[in-house]
Amino acid sequence: MVSAMEIYQLLPKTNCKKCGVATCMAFAVGLLRKEKKLEDCPVIFEPKYEAKLKKLREMLAPLESASETGLVIHDEKCFGCGNCVVACPVNVANDPTGCALGHGPTSDKVILKVENGVVNCLNPKECRRFGPNKILCNACTVTCPSKAIEFV
Amino acid sequence: MVKSVCTGCSLLCEDIDLTLKAGGVGEANNLCRKGFGHFSALFNERTIPRVDNQDASLDQAISEAAKILRNAKNPLLYGWSSSSQEAQKVGIDLARKLGAVIDDTTSFCQDVLMDLVLKGKVPTCTLDDVRNFADIMIFWGSDPTNSHPRHLSRFSYYPRGEKRQKGYEVERDSIAVDVRKSSTAKLCKYYFKVAPGDDADFINSVISVLDGKIPRVGDKKKMIELGTVLRKAEFGVIFPGLGLVSALQDQMSLLEALLAKLNSIKPYKVIPTAEHFNARGFNQLLMSETGFINRVSFKDGVSSNPDLGIVGASRSCDAALIIGSDPLSELPFGVARRLAKMPLIAIDPRRSLTTDASRVVIPSAMYGLESGGSAIRTDGVKVSFSSPYPAEKPNDEEILKRIMEAI
Repeated sequence: MVSAMEIYQLLPKTNCKKCGVATCMAFAVGLLRKEKKLEDCPVIFEPKYEAKLKKLREMLAPLESASETGLVIHDEKCFGCGNCVVACPVNVANDPTGCALGHGPTSDKVILKVENGVVNCLNPKECRRFGPNKILCNACTVTCPSKAIEFV
Repeated sequence: MVKSVCTGCSLLCEDIDLTLKAGGVGEANNLCRKGFGHFSALFNERTIPRVDNQDASLDQAISEAAKILRNAKNPLLYGWSSSSQEAQKVGIDLARKLGAVIDDTTSFCQDVLMDLVLKGKVPTCTLDDVRNFADIMIFWGSDPTNSHPRHLSRFSYYPRGEKRQKGYEVERDSIAVDVRKSSTAKLCKYYFKVAPGDDADFINSVISVLDGKIPRVGDKKKMIELGTVLRKAEFGVIFPGLGLVSALQDQMSLLEALLAKLNSIKPYKVIPTAEHFNARGFNQLLMSETGFINRVSFKDGVSSNPDLGIVGASRSCDAALIIGSDPLSELPFGVARRLAKMPLIAIDPRRSLTTDASRVVIPSAMYGLESGGSAIRTDGVKVSFSSPYPAEKPNDEEILKRIMEAI
């Protein structure tokens, strides 16, 4: 998955502050967290940055499918094994008689659920990574055998 | 949404919710990719009754099948792992009536291990015990993440149980022993790589480590660490797969010795990972009826020997009924060629290489979706299922009964 440094390498690196943050590195981090948009930077749209802008758009395209918490699910890689569903601490807390015991979810408040053979994100707002005071939990990504779940 | 039991693998997941739409599965909850494929494939490659490569009615196909079996001197009845307990019972009666050879898909798979488990030579337990109590699991030559996708999440590693409330990070350890770093090995805390066929040496090393001696093969430091982990377990389970069974073959006594050694320290159990949904069911049923788990001939009383397995039987038999299995694409080419040359009767819900090469094809209903019944899970628990979408097609049990009447 793309990193802030990779995005920074393609930005103008002028630290002009026109986007509202102090440095281009801060802007790169903002782009990654989806707090900023490319349109906030007027400099990158100048003709001399055309090639870099094209690359940036390609690099940021996968982020479009990410949820508010930055969760990206690659459907084509997923086995539907449900390891993430059972390991997710929020799923376990919200569904102690279903998910926690390895069964399919019985509550509507679960974040992850296997539907049609692949995992699906239902309630991203319940995730520990949601909001400003987020916890960098990675229970779902470390239990995935095929690296079908990633956080940006 | 209706409740269904998945018959895609031997875990028989009971918490499936699904709907059907025209030409496929509409929505399915909790069904893994393998199970979803298993049910979806039903809608694009359905068999139709055929005799000598020409469309026929079901009655014609059944009477032709009865004729082939009646005229055969030494018929073979093969498959059975994807049929319900009730159908298997009728199948064994049919074999008895015909004096036929009966064999199932485990004869080219894990039957030596199943034999040890069913005869009580190695201790076993249920998967629910694993979820509730086990703290060490060893995946030896098996890769359930690919073969039984919900194995780790439903039973063995990730769920919380009665005595394992804190989750896998704190209370469970997993060990993978395999020739390559499989998908399961990537998730395990410890991984031991063995060269193909070296499992016997590895077992000897583990036994010597447990005896307090220096192991002969493997990384000594890592092996001693393994010994420590095994010693401090409260309840351990070994999930041997085809990798271990193929490597050991005639040396299965080594596995017994390892289990005996481990059990002298802490309780350790073995649960086989059968492939087809009712493979263990057939072994168990045949054992209760004849005393043998497979490779049985009913000619001149009941007898069993290794030559009655599918490999030997393909030489000695002159006609075969293949039910719910595709030996022509699964077995080695020599066996498949010999089978393809004899008159075949295939009973299968889906088209396969075997149904294409068969003289008689009889379509059947799919268990779990179109037909109910009962089956034995890979750990020996009986699971009964209903038919959420009953089909007009007869199931294996009804087809076999009709063949038996026609004979």
